[in-house]
Amino acid sequence: MAAITLTDIVKRYPDGFLAVKGVSLDIADGEFVILVGPSGCGKSTLLRMIVGLEDITEGELQIAGKRVNERAPRDRKLAMVFQNYALYPHLTVFENIAFPLRLQKGRFTEQQIQDKVNFAAQTLELQDHLQRKPANLSGGQRQRVAMGRAIVREADAFLFDEPLSNLDAKLRGQMRTEISRMQRRLGTTTVYVTHDQTEAMTLGDRVAVLRKGDLQQVASPRALYEHPVNLFVAGFIGSPPMNFVPGEVSGDVMKLPFAEVPLTDDLRRRLGDRTLVIVGIRPEHFEDHAVIQQQGRTGGVPFKAQVDVTEWLGSDLYAYVPFETRPEVAGKLEELDRDLDGEGLRTQLVVALASDSRVRDGDDAPLWFDPARMLVFDPESGDNLTYDADKARAIDEQNEKDRKASIERAKAREAATSRA
Amino acid sequence: MRGMSTRLKIGWVVIVIVVFTYTLFPVASIFATSFKLPGELNLGTFLPVHWTWDNYTQILGPDGSARDLFVPSLRNSIGISLIATAIAVVLATLAAYAIARLDFRGKRLILTTALGVSIFPVISIVTPLFNLWRQIGLYDTWLGLIIPYLSLTLPISIWTLAAFFRQIPWELEQAAQVDGATTWQAFRKAIVPLAAPGVFTTALIAFFIAWNDFVYGISLTSTSRARPVPAALAFFTGASQFEEPTGAISAAAVIVTIPVVILVLLFQRQIVSGLTQGAVKG
Repeated sequence: MAAITLTDIVKRYPDGFLAVKGVSLDIADGEFVILVGPSGCGKSTLLRMIVGLEDITEGELQIAGKRVNERAPRDRKLAMVFQNYALYPHLTVFENIAFPLRLQKGRFTEQQIQDKVNFAAQTLELQDHLQRKPANLSGGQRQRVAMGRAIVREADAFLFDEPLSNLDAKLRGQMRTEISRMQRRLGTTTVYVTHDQTEAMTLGDRVAVLRKGDLQQVASPRALYEHPVNLFVAGFIGSPPMNFVPGEVSGDVMKLPFAEVPLTDDLRRRLGDRTLVIVGIRPEHFEDHAVIQQQGRTGGVPFKAQVDVTEWLGSDLYAYVPFETRPEVAGKLEELDRDLDGEGLRTQLVVALASDSRVRDGDDAPLWFDPARMLVFDPESGDNLTYDADKARAIDEQNEKDRKASIERAKAREAATSRA
Repeated sequence: MRGMSTRLKIGWVVIVIVVFTYTLFPVASIFATSFKLPGELNLGTFLPVHWTWDNYTQILGPDGSARDLFVPSLRNSIGISLIATAIAVVLATLAAYAIARLDFRGKRLILTTALGVSIFPVISIVTPLFNLWRQIGLYDTWLGLIIPYLSLTLPISIWTLAAFFRQIPWELEQAAQVDGATTWQAFRKAIVPLAAPGVFTTALIAFFIAWNDFVYGISLTSTSRARPVPAALAFFTGASQFEEPTGAISAAAVIVTIPVVILVLLFQRQIVSGLTQGAVKG
């Protein structure tokens, strides 16, 4: 158990490339922190610096309050799960899990090793496979063996490097909950690298979003989702992604490509003298106007739009609405799309409607959206003009309380089951 | 062979028979000849009319006429080939490790030089070597053969090992380090077991190259001090000047083939077991 503190960590490769540009991050004891970002954002490099497989160019790394910059990986007492699991192919599952124990010669008796491996195998339901070789295991089983190796190490922290990216979708969901359960149960500090925003949102107590080696925002998943600091975080978090449209301020209203929104005093103050901004609206903040009327809800902005394609998913109905963007913001949005590993195909709105909506492709559909949930970004810097630091902090504090309570509950459960 | 049509199956069987006959007939012929009486060599039969151990006693027996020629040369061949193989494998392992793992200037140069050395015709350097070796006292010594053998075995060993090492998942080494291993432990416990099959294969190839050499063996030796078997065979004589030493040569050929066959069988187990373990890919 240990806290990990990163202070102004910089990674510069010999060829001069700056992979990590001064990242500072406090990871509390027992916390589950996600490093997330599109490919090439420096998240894996950062993780490898924490574990000691990459040298730290500048800055300081502390584990449990001690500077470890110069320590070899084996002296940092960390356990890591690699993307392709890095199982030893010549050893059985048992020996793979026992490997870290056998390295510490004389510290454990054969009986202790047996007990520890069996405990880990039980936790991960690997008892039946202990005598098999990794080559004969399925992807999910290999993944669990790699986790078993991390458990027996009794490390100060677990590090995961995209551990689920080689699994198919169904297994990924199962393993995700498995990792979450294990982390809560053991209460071990965990740093988890992924490019998948779903994993980031579901697993993390806090999520650190990286872009080109710069830390963008560190916050609870909910604070990230509702209060992103800038265009990049807003676009990265959420699936389907947030819609970005140009917004032109004219008099008392903001003109969007499909509707006009009345300006509130607060919004007018935040806009300053800007006349053109980027407006972000999440797909689920749109709705079928007919559904809204049925529910008897008032307020919001109704509008008509030509629906291009619809996708019915059972729980939702996604409708795609093409729109013309403005050349002034097109460049910025294309750049954002590139940063997010997008293809930059066409400008379209994605709206998530109730699954019983009657909207079909080709319709000139009556839609509706909630302007109170709308985010406004500066077209030059990409900063979120509607960012509310106090609200974001309040969400984070609540999240921290929830986390501690959850660990307490897990401990109580553990104690109850071990007594029984 | 499942899923193949009958015609395809028959075709394969025919091809296999042809290939086996082509490759194994000379071996069988030598084997048969080695049991023939000297006087019956030219009868034209494939199998000996009278089976005899005469040829073997001639080269191995206490009173054998070719014993003093053959036994020391067998010792020389085994000793020189083993030493040359051991040195080549150790050096090539280190070199290939560096080539596969590190990025350094002149890496391509080393590989191309190694390739250049290995395609250089042996016969063109043997004369200068002969003169040089006589001057510095390496002529007709074990070391005098081991050094040129290294020039044959090292390049091929470096190439095969470098290719093999490139396929090893080096992440395992890092995983072992995180698991608490020192750099040396990580290498020994995670990498060596995976690299071993490749090293065995390379050792096998290097040994055969040294074992089969004739040009260096005959040019750089003059007595049984260092003369290897392939060279010694050329010095066999018949019981009289009217007799061909074919029987004795065949017997010697069978004897020198035995270690090769044993080695192949022995190492192949290692290689196959190593390959079937296979690296775990995600």
